[in-house]
Amino acid sequence: MLDQIHDLYDEMEKRRVMLSFKGNLTSELVSALLGLVENKMEAIEPDPRTRKRVFNVLMECLQNLYHHTGPQPGSSSTEPNGVVMIAHQDQGYSVLTGNFIVGSDVDKLKGHMDRINALPPDQLREFYRETLADGKYSTNGGGGLGMIEIARKSGGKLEYGFVPYDQHNAFFSLNVNVTS
Amino acid sequence: MEALHLDGSPKTPHVHFDPETGLLELKGRSIPENSIDFYRPLIDWLDQYSRAPKSKTALHVQLEYFNTSSSKCILDLFKKLEGVRATGNEVTVLWHYEADDEDMLEAGEDYAGIINIPFKTIQIEEVDGK
Repeated sequence: MLDQIHDLYDEMEKRRVMLSFKGNLTSELVSALLGLVENKMEAIEPDPRTRKRVFNVLMECLQNLYHHTGPQPGSSSTEPNGVVMIAHQDQGYSVLTGNFIVGSDVDKLKGHMDRINALPPDQLREFYRETLADGKYSTNGGGGLGMIEIARKSGGKLEYGFVPYDQHNAFFSLNVNVTS
Repeated sequence: MEALHLDGSPKTPHVHFDPETGLLELKGRSIPENSIDFYRPLIDWLDQYSRAPKSKTALHVQLEYFNTSSSKCILDLFKKLEGVRATGNEVTVLWHYEADDEDMLEAGEDYAGIINIPFKTIQIEEVDGK
């Protein structure tokens, strides 16, 4: 394990990881992670629009993790478990998240993201407005706006993947690029 | 009817709704995990206010960030104000955005396209109380 710490450090350095977290996500942790990234962005990113977009994307991604992720299948913990990482790229920033979801939700989520990815910016905005005005609420209030907003703030396509974990669960990975 | 006052926090906005002046303020950040819980008292207050509103009501929205969990709740505030306007009162929403924050201006325009209330966008240097 000891020699792997250096490998881990090297790997993170190579990928220019600004922050990474794996574990149970509480409301306090969401605040702490947002605060850390906000301070760091203030120091390294001169463009306020990019700073705000990265903050917005991270905020929505963390909320998704907080609300939608399940505990690691088969573990004794009942807490939501996930991973989040922010990396600096040549062209901007990447916000990466990963979490367990119920296998039966995969098709719906995939369909939603494919629909978003197929829309040019003006139609994406229209989709946002329609969803905002549709009067439907999810339990946390977002009502289907989260992914649309993430895509709008990113300006790029949502990159995603699903890996079957066991009979009932899958691991969902999402990469959102915010170009500066 | 009493004023509704809530101090801002890192995740929730400063709120001041004054029934005597018809001046309503929402300022700061609205990024709680559960916005429905946060906004319920605001909606309830407006419900009560709409029974005997001032002839002029102005809602100032001055947000640095808001999450999508808040988006529909903020729309609900506007819908309550549509009700106040429908009974013959003057209602205005004043949407403040920082000069470099085009996205916040766009967010205001998105609401303006949905609600039936005079909606003004106001450019400011910086959101108060940062």
